[in-house]
Amino acid sequence: MRIPVDPPGFLAVKASKLPVYAHIDWGDCMFLQLFTGGLLLGCIYGLVAMGLSLIYGVMGIVNFAHGAFVMLAMYGSFWLYKFLGLDPVISSPLIALFMFGFGVAIYHLIIGKVLKGPFLARLLVTFGLGIFFVNLAQFLWSPDYKMVQKSITHGILMVGPIFVELPKLAASVGSLVVAGLIYWFVRKTKTGLAIQAISIDTQAAALMGINIQRLNAFAFGLGCASAGAAGAFLASFYYIFPDVGTMFGLVALVAVALGGFGSTEGALIGAIIIGIIETVGGFIVGSEYKYALIFVAYLLIVIIRPRGLLGWGAD
Amino acid sequence: MHSKQVKRLRGYVLITLVLALVLGVSGGIMAQETIKIGAVYPLTGAVATTGADCRSGVELAVDIINGVYDLDFPFAKAAGIPNLGGAKIEVIFGDTRGDPTQGMAETERLITEENVVTVVGGYQSGVVKTATMASERLQVPYVLSDATSPALTERGFKWFFRVIPHDGIQAKNALELVKDIETKEDTVLPNLAILWENTEWGANVALEIKTWAEECGFKLVADVPYTYRATDVTSEVLKLKAAKPDVIIHAAYVSDAILFTQTMKAMDIRPKVMIGMAGHLDPNYLNTVGKDGEYFFVRAVYGLDLATRKPMVEKINELYKAKYGHDMSPNAARSFTAPFVVADAINRAASTKPEDIRQALAETNIPGSDLISPYEGVKFDPVTQDNVLGRSLYLQVQDGQFRVVWPFELAAVPYVYPFPEWDR
Repeated sequence: MRIPVDPPGFLAVKASKLPVYAHIDWGDCMFLQLFTGGLLLGCIYGLVAMGLSLIYGVMGIVNFAHGAFVMLAMYGSFWLYKFLGLDPVISSPLIALFMFGFGVAIYHLIIGKVLKGPFLARLLVTFGLGIFFVNLAQFLWSPDYKMVQKSITHGILMVGPIFVELPKLAASVGSLVVAGLIYWFVRKTKTGLAIQAISIDTQAAALMGINIQRLNAFAFGLGCASAGAAGAFLASFYYIFPDVGTMFGLVALVAVALGGFGSTEGALIGAIIIGIIETVGGFIVGSEYKYALIFVAYLLIVIIRPRGLLGWGAD
Repeated sequence: MHSKQVKRLRGYVLITLVLALVLGVSGGIMAQETIKIGAVYPLTGAVATTGADCRSGVELAVDIINGVYDLDFPFAKAAGIPNLGGAKIEVIFGDTRGDPTQGMAETERLITEENVVTVVGGYQSGVVKTATMASERLQVPYVLSDATSPALTERGFKWFFRVIPHDGIQAKNALELVKDIETKEDTVLPNLAILWENTEWGANVALEIKTWAEECGFKLVADVPYTYRATDVTSEVLKLKAAKPDVIIHAAYVSDAILFTQTMKAMDIRPKVMIGMAGHLDPNYLNTVGKDGEYFFVRAVYGLDLATRKPMVEKINELYKAKYGHDMSPNAARSFTAPFVVADAINRAASTKPEDIRQALAETNIPGSDLISPYEGVKFDPVTQDNVLGRSLYLQVQDGQFRVVWPFELAAVPYVYPFPEWDR
């Protein structure tokens, strides 16, 4: 092949390079776009997963009703939007607070009592609660889909050639804020330290004068509050129906296992990894395999590092 | 101490089960002379809204058969089944939850415990596949008017009849629509992308479209399967974006149809022609996505606009509207047909024995004028037992309404082409 050295030839090379360059640029953008999508998705999963991890870490139960709590929070934000005109993003602290109270009530009414029961009951109680709430929602509000039509975060932000969906960005920022709050709370406050003590050794904590029931209820409420925040942010862009939380709950469970049971930071990191695997892996390997990829990653972690990426290992 | 707790738990479980059974029997106490028909639909779970719609269609059909209506429609003027002394039909519903295992179990329950003489419904091909295994084994006829996978009738079942045209015929119709647009607009739309949910139904739609696409000279630039319960479809949609198709054909249920529409809008995917089906017909889809659902072509076997050619469509829709408060959806209209085909067979057989009903079904010959669908009638193929007179329609969403736009000779309004900008 002749390499042109004269000026017109030089120009010709440049010209011929242009479309090639444009093509490569497009490919890079595609990857960046996928990565961004995965990161945003992961942060949203993370918000659901952190509450799940907190509850497990403190009282050793897997909250199978977590997805249902997210669903209830989504309905809550929807009704606030519909009847009071409150945007889901704005009402998210309110929903989180409400879900905190709801969680504490559920703990005192049901979970606290079952915790003293046999292992099987502890395992199944949240499972039953989840089914109950999903069916209750279907009974009360019909299986119809609901949607917040015009959220304030509605729209798209273009970062160079990358599309960033604003509602997802808001949810991700919210997720990071909640992660920060939980981190601060568990490490810096007296109640948080007591919660840590319970998760390390319940009996010793009780002997030191920590009120286990009260703090368990508090931790359960906190877990529900983060599910509530997740629901509120999701409601700003996702459709709402009784079964909506199930898949989020399931993915969150894997994120928690991946990040390490009991570690909220681990849950967030696990969720982000899942989001990226789902989006990038789904694109490269084939979208029909994207959930399979998540579970393969999970299996690998379980084999190589059974307690998860950041798990405490204590039970 | 533990065993006491276990006993108590067992007690609770028992009570729950008894309650579930009592509540599960929809009709409550019933008279003896009724003819029981089973109907299985996904009444809970991700496709519950569609299931509820299908249920309404069946309920209205049975109302018309049982009651006296001043309509020029079969079984409307007389109460019940004339040749059985006006015996009433009673439908017992089973909830498949959209799950094949559950569909089979519910069909078995309806046949063995409720003693239904025929089963209708299913909606999802994956569920119908297992549900019909139960009816075939227990030798009770199953009449399907709402699931379209061709594989269902390829198994040579003796007790299984299908009224709706299957995906092979409907796939051919989709590509005929695109070809007709090409001719009319004097353009070419060679690049085709298929997006499909990967259960039985979606996989079969995709397979049939791929087969016909090759035959019709389309180039398949993207073939994207996905899980309909997916929480996010960014990677799927970016695959479509990279392929730059002229035509996207999407086989979707309702929640995934909503999610894809939103994501395609966010990523600004804009082919010339967008074709949807099933989920895109669900009233919830348009209610949820609003204006973003406009200008999709949607595959259907029913459209309110058919009233311009079949006045009965409008009258039945009025009855439906009076009962449920909204227009009859295409999914409800599909399910509406099966009870009439069953009633017709029972009436001709003048018997409620499953074997007699089966025999009568095989001899069915209902004219197109007795249907609210665009079919030329109902007549079953002696081998596959598929309706040989079925055909599909294409609707386009315009101003929030499903308008019949294809075949052109049945069109109520002209179609809009090309698919416009998203922010409209």
